[in-house]
Amino acid sequence: MNKILLKGGRVIDPALNMDCIADVLIENGKIAEIALKIEDQSAELIDCRGKVIAPGFIDAHVHLREPGLEYKEDIESGAKAAVAGGFTAVCCMPNTKPICDNRSLVEFIQRRAEQVGAAKVYPLASITKGEKGEELTEMGELKACGAVGVSDDGKPVINGEVMRNALEYSSMFNLPVASHLEDPYLSEGRVMHHGAVSTRLGLKGIPSAAEEIMAYRDLQLAKLVNGKIHLCHLSTANSVRLLQQAQQEGIQATGEVTIHHLILTDEIVEQRNYDTNTKINPPLRSETDRKALVQGVRNGVISAIVTDHAPHHLDDKRMEFDYAAFGISGLETAVALVLDRLVGRGELTLHEAIRALSQGPASIYALPSRTLAKGAVANITILDLEEERIVDPKSFRSKGKNTPYAGWTLKGWPICTLVEGQVRYRREEQI
Amino acid sequence: MSLLGKDVLGLEQMSREQISLIIEEAKKMKLIIKQPVKKTNQLRGKVVVNLFYEPSTRTRSSFELAGKYLGADVINITTSTSSVVKGETLRDTARTVQQLGTDILVMRHGASGAPYFLAQHLTCSVINAGDGMHEHPTQGLLDLYTMLDKLGTLEGKKCVILGDIAHSRVARSNIYAMKKFGAEVTLCGPKTLMPIEAKAWGVKVTHDTDAALENADVINVLRLQLERQKVGLFPSVREYHSFWGLDSRRLLLAKPNALVMHPGPMNRGVEISTSVADSTQSTIEEQVTNGVAVRMALLFLLAGGENHE
Repeated sequence: MNKILLKGGRVIDPALNMDCIADVLIENGKIAEIALKIEDQSAELIDCRGKVIAPGFIDAHVHLREPGLEYKEDIESGAKAAVAGGFTAVCCMPNTKPICDNRSLVEFIQRRAEQVGAAKVYPLASITKGEKGEELTEMGELKACGAVGVSDDGKPVINGEVMRNALEYSSMFNLPVASHLEDPYLSEGRVMHHGAVSTRLGLKGIPSAAEEIMAYRDLQLAKLVNGKIHLCHLSTANSVRLLQQAQQEGIQATGEVTIHHLILTDEIVEQRNYDTNTKINPPLRSETDRKALVQGVRNGVISAIVTDHAPHHLDDKRMEFDYAAFGISGLETAVALVLDRLVGRGELTLHEAIRALSQGPASIYALPSRTLAKGAVANITILDLEEERIVDPKSFRSKGKNTPYAGWTLKGWPICTLVEGQVRYRREEQI
Repeated sequence: MSLLGKDVLGLEQMSREQISLIIEEAKKMKLIIKQPVKKTNQLRGKVVVNLFYEPSTRTRSSFELAGKYLGADVINITTSTSSVVKGETLRDTARTVQQLGTDILVMRHGASGAPYFLAQHLTCSVINAGDGMHEHPTQGLLDLYTMLDKLGTLEGKKCVILGDIAHSRVARSNIYAMKKFGAEVTLCGPKTLMPIEAKAWGVKVTHDTDAALENADVINVLRLQLERQKVGLFPSVREYHSFWGLDSRRLLLAKPNALVMHPGPMNRGVEISTSVADSTQSTIEEQVTNGVAVRMALLFLLAGGENHE
């Protein structure tokens, strides 16, 4: 069977508190051995000297757009973009056309991903049929056929009673409910953060309260029924505080934050003169919020850094700011942004960053553990912390070229991605 | 490239020197308007296109006449007669207009920032004739021209902007113009129509109209969009008038010869009473004439005209 030997890399595994130079031998898709020096003539050799070997990264929040919106992205382009961005697995949201609310679609997505053979794709199904916010989906069956969670992402579940029932019912199957936090009455027709910048630009602002009100509601509902709640794409300091309090009370609650909210603020909308690539939902907020979100990742209240990968066609973005679609194509820049803008500037340690990209997201949806312990499945991301590259959307494997980072020089990139013991992406081959 | 650059998108980014240049030019243009034969050939052979995505009477006709007085060819495109109704994108419409031979594109649009978007996609000049809730630079310039003409200077003058500040592009352009020329600016209106963090502009903010008007040199009254009531931003026109309407009693709180301004069109008896609108302190009609002069100056300068001293 196939064997791969990773030679001389710096092996970092926050779960094992490991950080040392070592060789890693992979055999039959599993980590067979980690030792100071391993010799094996029969193994394929990957020279990892000067590189970092980390547990495989997971992006817990992406939109792959298939079925129905293939002009923006499909499972093939999205899964290939994922491995090129250092992600061994992604969790895809159900707001496709039609909505992924039944067994056949959950199975279709997994089958397509297996055919493509890039990143592992874990589908989420919707909470309610058609994401209409009314009737619950068949969560028991959906879990049995591979859904790792449920979410009406893209829309809030407006009716509190429906959310309560969803949390209660899903808890029987240990299926987390991932909530898109947004009071639609406070956000409708609004396009950026409600603050001094929106006042200057004359753009309608979404107040932080639109998210926080729903965060509080959903945490209390999870408490009421002992359900499992996951708060998607947190954007405000107050949301982080609410999540922390809930966790301290013992509520089963997790949270995620996008890389964008960790490094950008609403100021960029003004600096870029209404560039629609800075338009995302929830919106980029203030520096106070940004700092609190970074702190939330540091102290583990927020367990995952995600991309909320939202690929769009040029035609959906090249227009007036008010009318443009929300979202950033994020898979192929996120890891480099974490390494350059957060680790490189001392806002996160390398260990904190790796945890929030690997074991953190795995724990939200009870995915196979991200560790480099002997016997673990060999999901591995290899990083070159020294490589500098300029972000060029034209080179994205994703169909979505919508990024505010074009032209940024970033230091530290993923160079090799192994999924279940197989090399699914290797930088050298791409040159 | 003119002294103003390629485009005129807003007053926030414009320097006091650039604004002064426009005002000086506008003074000369006003003489042309006062002539019996209002025609020069300074823009002969130039093409000005008014592309209006929102209804407008005075701004559009003001730009149209400004171009015509200077000898330019001017056409108007409004959304009801253009391919916009067929679903064409703003970029495609604008690039088509440019290819017709347009030198200066004047656009009004309901989305804030739309002129910035156009400026990035066009090589011809773009003038913002009002974008969403963002800026209305030519209104700001004509208001500034009117104030300077009447008062000589704005240094230390107390200027009050009264009404729906939150949704007003006129307010924003006026704030930038007034601040750059040394005025003390007070914004007054109901809290629900006041934008968040308005104080960041370096202005005073109040909802007490009587206090705001005390010793004012200028009162710029904004038009109230009556549909704001339907979405719950204020309870009734009656209550609005009684708390924020400018009537003759309130006018007495300001300085004796304080200027009363309004960008039009007015809701008489709502934000302004008829007695005030028609009083000798009102500059409302003169603002209209000054608007033509300012737009002539802008077209002339953008087309590369020299400051003909």
